[in-house]
Amino acid sequence: MAESASQATPPPGLTGMISDWSSDQTTFKGAGWGKPMMWLFILSDIFIFGVFLLGYMSARLATPDPWPDAAEVFALTMFGVQIPLLLIAIMTFILISSSGTMALAVKFGYERNRKVCGRLILATAVLGAIFVGMQAFEWTILIMDGVRPWANPWGSAQFGATFFLITGFHGTHVTIGVIALLYMYRKVMRGDLDDGRPGAITGRKGRWEMVEILGLYWHFVDLVWVFIFAFFYLW
Amino acid sequence: MAELGHDATSYAPPREMPEMELPHSHSWWTTYVFSQDAKTIAIQYSVTAISVGVFAMFLSILIRLQLGFPNTFSLIDPSSYLQYVTMHGMIMVVYLLTALFLGGFGNYFIPLMIGARDMAFPYLNMLSFWFYFVSVLVLMASFFVPGGPTGAGWTLYPPQLISEGTPGIHGGVILMMISLGIFIIGFTMGGLNYIVTILQYRTRGMTLMRMPLTIWGIFLATMLALLAFPALLVAALMVLLDHLAGTSFFMPAMFSMGEQLPHEGGSPLLFQHLFWFFGHPEVYIVALPAFGVVSDILATHARRNIFGYRMMVWALVAIGGLSFVVWAHHMFVSGMNPYFGFLFATTTLIIAVPTAIKVYNWVLTLWHGNIRLELPMLFAIGFIFTFINGGMTGLFLGNVTVDVPLADTYFVVGHFHMVMALAPVMTIYAAIYHWYPKITGRMLNETMGKIHFWVTFIGAYAVFLPMHYLGLAGVPRRYFAYGETSPFIGESVITLNSFITVAAVLVAAAQLLFIYNLIRSRKHGKEAGPNPWNATTLEWQTEHTPPTHGNFGKELPVVYRWPYDYSVPGAKHDFIPQNVPPEEVEMADEGAARK
Repeated sequence: MAESASQATPPPGLTGMISDWSSDQTTFKGAGWGKPMMWLFILSDIFIFGVFLLGYMSARLATPDPWPDAAEVFALTMFGVQIPLLLIAIMTFILISSSGTMALAVKFGYERNRKVCGRLILATAVLGAIFVGMQAFEWTILIMDGVRPWANPWGSAQFGATFFLITGFHGTHVTIGVIALLYMYRKVMRGDLDDGRPGAITGRKGRWEMVEILGLYWHFVDLVWVFIFAFFYLW
Repeated sequence: MAELGHDATSYAPPREMPEMELPHSHSWWTTYVFSQDAKTIAIQYSVTAISVGVFAMFLSILIRLQLGFPNTFSLIDPSSYLQYVTMHGMIMVVYLLTALFLGGFGNYFIPLMIGARDMAFPYLNMLSFWFYFVSVLVLMASFFVPGGPTGAGWTLYPPQLISEGTPGIHGGVILMMISLGIFIIGFTMGGLNYIVTILQYRTRGMTLMRMPLTIWGIFLATMLALLAFPALLVAALMVLLDHLAGTSFFMPAMFSMGEQLPHEGGSPLLFQHLFWFFGHPEVYIVALPAFGVVSDILATHARRNIFGYRMMVWALVAIGGLSFVVWAHHMFVSGMNPYFGFLFATTTLIIAVPTAIKVYNWVLTLWHGNIRLELPMLFAIGFIFTFINGGMTGLFLGNVTVDVPLADTYFVVGHFHMVMALAPVMTIYAAIYHWYPKITGRMLNETMGKIHFWVTFIGAYAVFLPMHYLGLAGVPRRYFAYGETSPFIGESVITLNSFITVAAVLVAAAQLLFIYNLIRSRKHGKEAGPNPWNATTLEWQTEHTPPTHGNFGKELPVVYRWPYDYSVPGAKHDFIPQNVPPEEVEMADEGAARK
């Protein structure tokens, strides 16, 4: 009990973790409430995407019809040449880049560099919006090719069902993220995070931590994409 | 001296967290309707949950009337019977028990018991209730759509869930799935709050191992819910798509009513896995808070510290962990690899170990206690009975070979009503009798309470105990009537069913008495004072009863000891509240205290 007086420098490693969990008041020292809440939400969301992907695997293993070949289905014809996975490679590159701009936004946010932070957040939102736009383009191509949730020209009907459901659910996450980023852009540029102006909806005071919390969500959405990419396009 | 009581210390750690940002209400609307105060939200949650619970109780009476006196009531036909069964189960499990334990009790007690002013994010907390409220409205709306609510059974198994012939496949299924989706989103908002508040907003001196077991139970149950509900959300989305968009996630190629359905290649077993990956932890989402509440009530009313506090905590953790690896024991007859059956039977039986630890510890808490048979105590002891009973039959059903003949009989109905319906409901009553004085400032009427307890306890046994016999006699569950099969269903079954129905009606009447008691005592009950049970936990030490906005006065309480310092040798009173430092404990006589 006596050592809780020297809270400023927690012991490192496992000892530190144990002392944090057995301490009073806060378990995650200095983390406030927002960050743990976002991590917990991410944990719950991991289970949602995990169940989605397990359902997809199960459907793919159970279906009696052949599964469409990803290299052909997702090919893009450019200059008369069929290039497999071209569109999806660009989409993935863009989404991963947006994680980079987000990470920089968090860095400049903690340096209280309002302008640069705001612009980086805007860049992240733009990249995210491009991703969603390209996804809409991809869906359009597939739908024109005759892919429907209930059938497709190449084989198992579950292909369309799982593809539209899971990429759609992920796309919804990205879209929500883009909206939140634009909202945060406005807050940052107006200086809400510096002077602690209460939010319009929740009434919570603006804090620079908010940029990092939104960043956590954004990185998570990107990470989920890596798994969806691996399971749908590479398998 | 400094060690008077368990885990007591005179050290008050420095304050680490800044004061909470509390939203203050300025109008009638933000005080009583769109309130961000956890206590108001808790009451909104509880009233809504109890209201739908009473509705679901009437559905169960309709079910019982049909079973007890077949062909007597023309308003119950085979379709509506199945709809009543489905809605009774779903409402009771999700919309009553989950919402009441976590949304109701969680919101009220988490901030008070850990010494916080409110939840971490009050706005999200308010949104959580309104999502829940809308989900209830959507669910109730399914009674008014053509075809009525779904009648597929609360487990909602496809393919019959969405194939012709099951009642309510047009609007009912859609509304049920949408309602579950809204409920889960709303619950997630609340659940994030409960966990983060417990982890980040405890008061000075309140370590995790000094939290009352009620909070431990709610904490772990919320954790389970956050990880288990995603499976149901995904399953609900897929069912919606199967139904509306013509996909085949769960629908195999099949003929129905002489026509081939437009589905092919789906796996109904996948739904069962997803459903039970949610469904089994759900049992513990309901049970863990009940375990916690009962532990606190037993300790308070037996004036004795809880036996083996640490073991109780770790048993809760173990049960929570194990609950994720037993789900397929609901699917022994669905068809699976026998080795899986072996695996899941083993994990299921292992759960009996931490559960038995808890039961022994409750009984040992009563051992040599100064037991006061007040109303909460009666219900808490009632809980131990029904829980042991249901737990024992759980061992039967957990074994594959025993489960196969018993599956889908009334034995299963008897089992899960004992362990998952009666036990948590007993706890809810115990909790309401225990905390009503704090929430309203008045005691509930004792005589009405006693009648309520004895009719409920004995009546519920009269309802559910014979069901085990029915099950062993081979009576299948979910049947509207036994018609042509009656040569195989003995006369005693018919008599017993009538007996059960009469008992069920009496039990239902006693619940109405309880509701009357709740309403009447609000105005006419005896004044309770701040701490009528002489309890130690922080919610009884508030400045005002009922606690006002912000819960505690200017200063948050400081905690110096664990929550179970009852009958401490040497102390003048038989309880020492958590916020009393060792040097301020009143001594019975100086010599005795120094031993």
